[in-house]
Amino acid sequence: MAQFDSLAIKDHLRDEQVFSRRLIVTTVFISLFIIILIARLIYLQILNQQHYKTLSENNRVSIKPIQPIRGLIYDRNGILLAENIPSFTLELIPEHIENIPQLIKELQRVITITDHDIKRFNKKLKYKRRFEGITLRYRLNEDEVARLSVKQYSLPGVEIRAELSRNYPLGRLTAHTLGYVSSISERELQKVDASNYSGTSRIGKIGIEKKYEKTLHGKIGLQKVETNASGRILRILNRELPVPGNNLYLNIDIRLHAIAEKAFADNSGSLVAIDPNNGSVLALTSFPSFDPNLFVNGIDTENYKRLRTSPDQPLFNRAIQGRYPPGSTIKPFIGLAGLELEVIKNSDSMSCPGFYMLKNDERRYRDWKKRGHDDTDLRKAIIESCDVYFYDLALNMGIDNMSSYLAQFGFGQKTGLDLHGESAALLPSRQWKRKTRRLPWFPGETLITGIGQGFMLTTPLQLATATANLALNGIRQRPQMIYAIQDPKIEILNLRPPKSLDRIEIKQQSNWDYVHNAMKGVVHTLHGTARSINRGLKYKIAGKTGTAQVHGIKQDEEYDEEKIAKKLRDHALFIAYAPADEPKIALAIIVENGGHGGSVAAPIARKVIDEYLSKENKK
Amino acid sequence: MILDQEQNLATSNSVIRNKSLQRLHIDFPLFIALLLLLTIGIFVLYSATGKNMAVVNRQIIHIVIATVAMLAIAQIQPRTIQFWAPWLFLLGVVLLVIVLLVGDIGKGAQRWLNLGFFRFQPSEIMKLALPMMLAWYISELSLPPTGKRILTAVFLLTVPTLLVAKQPDLGTALLIASSGFFVLLLAGLKWRMIFSVVIMIVASAPLIWSYVLHDYQRGRILTLLNPGNDPLGSGYHIIQSTIAIGSGSLYGKGWLNGTQSHLDFLPERSTDFIFAVFSEEFGFIGCMLLLLLYLYIIGRCLVIANQAQDTFSRLLAGSLTLTFFVYIFVNIGMVSGILPVVGVPLPLISYGGTSIVTLMMAFGILMSIQTHRRLIGN
Repeated sequence: MAQFDSLAIKDHLRDEQVFSRRLIVTTVFISLFIIILIARLIYLQILNQQHYKTLSENNRVSIKPIQPIRGLIYDRNGILLAENIPSFTLELIPEHIENIPQLIKELQRVITITDHDIKRFNKKLKYKRRFEGITLRYRLNEDEVARLSVKQYSLPGVEIRAELSRNYPLGRLTAHTLGYVSSISERELQKVDASNYSGTSRIGKIGIEKKYEKTLHGKIGLQKVETNASGRILRILNRELPVPGNNLYLNIDIRLHAIAEKAFADNSGSLVAIDPNNGSVLALTSFPSFDPNLFVNGIDTENYKRLRTSPDQPLFNRAIQGRYPPGSTIKPFIGLAGLELEVIKNSDSMSCPGFYMLKNDERRYRDWKKRGHDDTDLRKAIIESCDVYFYDLALNMGIDNMSSYLAQFGFGQKTGLDLHGESAALLPSRQWKRKTRRLPWFPGETLITGIGQGFMLTTPLQLATATANLALNGIRQRPQMIYAIQDPKIEILNLRPPKSLDRIEIKQQSNWDYVHNAMKGVVHTLHGTARSINRGLKYKIAGKTGTAQVHGIKQDEEYDEEKIAKKLRDHALFIAYAPADEPKIALAIIVENGGHGGSVAAPIARKVIDEYLSKENKK
Repeated sequence: MILDQEQNLATSNSVIRNKSLQRLHIDFPLFIALLLLLTIGIFVLYSATGKNMAVVNRQIIHIVIATVAMLAIAQIQPRTIQFWAPWLFLLGVVLLVIVLLVGDIGKGAQRWLNLGFFRFQPSEIMKLALPMMLAWYISELSLPPTGKRILTAVFLLTVPTLLVAKQPDLGTALLIASSGFFVLLLAGLKWRMIFSVVIMIVASAPLIWSYVLHDYQRGRILTLLNPGNDPLGSGYHIIQSTIAIGSGSLYGKGWLNGTQSHLDFLPERSTDFIFAVFSEEFGFIGCMLLLLLYLYIIGRCLVIANQAQDTFSRLLAGSLTLTFFVYIFVNIGMVSGILPVVGVPLPLISYGGTSIVTLMMAFGILMSIQTHRRLIGN
């Protein structure tokens, strides 16, 4: 067809004319369309320039972070220990404020803003960027929110922000285990992924909140928002939802904390309870405690000073940081060492005159009982806590044997508990003394180490762990705070398996049984030092009392005499496990300046064990 | 004609000045204007991307490739181009069918054909192949074309347009269809027919609305009528780009000082919406100068079309020129909020290798038509 058509004669001149005419027409059309465009540009850029300039100036798109919801914390029975509650905060955006002090004054007419608030604000003002909101007031109540909302329109740069705030419903009961969250410091920000924390104002400072910060925090979300000139969000363009943090279930049984708190009354001290079978930390307390909620929004200086300077040291976590001489609670361990290392036989006995003397030494090492214990074997020495027997045993064993055997129970080492700040306390040895004091080891020091005095120090956690190891015939589990981690979306509990440590070598099981029996005798025999707690017991408790002479805790000189006198009183200690034949709970109690272990510490143990076992039975 | 005389005068001057360029088949006035436009484009892109040199460098590479392609095509005789027109068209249609069957999907549309070493859009070939094909077909007989020829031409036009619209790529389909339509228009299609077609299209608008257009295309048209309707989607684009343009006012905010674009507002601000960045920073005066430069290029191309020595060259040159104008009008119209959002770049300024290479190849054809003139004549 194309070939056939091409045979026709082409009129080139006419072609050119048709084309030229059309070209002129299209040129006209092009001009028309160009005029339309120009008209539109005139409309936008000349006639309405003011309108669009304003729009442009008022227009800001910014990326706002969305804070992920922090994971909740429960105890082993599902009791809520840490939650997030909605709270309103008042924020100022410096970029949009001409005169900040004046604005604050103006705001003070509407709501209360303390000097502390202003100081905190000014501190943050220095390192925050100008367009970032800085909190002036936390926890506005509804009334304040309402009054501010009315005024807000006339106050550029003022924003009321609703956020979730951490709350610890049980307050002081959980302070030393959970710790608390508080404002992130610059140094902390350098340690974490700063972009993931750009929406987060608080971070775990101590305790579980710090140790499990990563698990609890979650992943930040983002929203693209349009804001007007004063920085107020006009609308959300799109958002990427945050991933909430994981929930934690602790091994802690918070009811034991409550019982312990009541039992400690006004006394200072600590109780640590562990399930020896798996290392679960059932209770980790330190008294006196404090209200962690004070710290969440930044504690005011007055309250902080009070907590810091209180002679009772409420901020000090005695359970993992307190270093106490174990006193007589060390005796079962020393006795076991004597048997296992074949320094003594269980049939050996000696006469206790009420004091002990070294050769070529005038000094008398006294027994707590002035008139002595007469004929004493190891069983009696543990039940009645005879010091002389252990002086003799310690001397025969020597510090090197004693030190290395006690080390197997974890004395002098951190237990590896999943909490920050644990102390290793102190297990003295010849090498240690040479190294740190540049002095040789003296035999007298061996004697007093044998009754848990002298250099030896232990934390309540360490003592509880050692007791658990003893209870389970040398089977060792690393103490653990966390029972399970839960992704809030799938709700399945991801259990934390117990971590077994190397078992303590057993030379002869009968040696261990002997010690177990003796400890049972402490509670269940007529002369046992803790016999006062055996009334009405439906199960058997194996325990050991201790009374430690105070040293190491030094206080300022200016306290009045009565106070000093109280401070110089002995610490009361008690270790125990129960039921004695099938241990489910092992614990260590220290009551500072409490006096005698048997009369002060042991009754606390009875109450806690009662509570724990009665619930266990119900289960 | 006065126009003719002026043009002849202008041409003879340039010929005297640029004999060596003529031998290289470069049209000097067009070449300089194109280079100026491309240079402006690089500066705008630098600002639009937030001083991203990596993107700018890539664009420079695109420009170098495109310029080489343009110069290479300028060496080809228009007669050769005419000879290859139907074959290129056939190849284009086949590739469009293939891309519908096995093409790569990008941004929700099936446009790309992956040849392993590089990806390209067959629809770009059609932007050149369709006007070449129709110019070849129409120029076989005297103008104006007969009714039968017109019907065939409309069929040839419809096939690639629908294939591209099906991808869906409304912008390119529009450009392809108009390039074909311009061949017919310049060939002297009766006004009566043009108007009746326009009326037909308007009458069938409800049918097109319901059956031809995709959801997102309907959305874009609705958005144009009321941008506030869909402030989060395409309405947002229009609102933001009109704010950008308007706030540029008379003198603009200055290069690199556009707040709209740098505050992450404008979507596609280095590609389809780059005009908003330009007008925010250079204002009304900048826009006028840019339009002037565009008009100069169009004017020069119309001169080339008018001076062309055979009907094929004339129709092809005219069609390519008018299509170039459609790019400008549709893009600026859409960015300034008087046309619905269709994917048409601002020619030679928007970021993107494909569109620049295709456009420069079109200018290569125009240069070829212009510079081979005397050789044909002799």
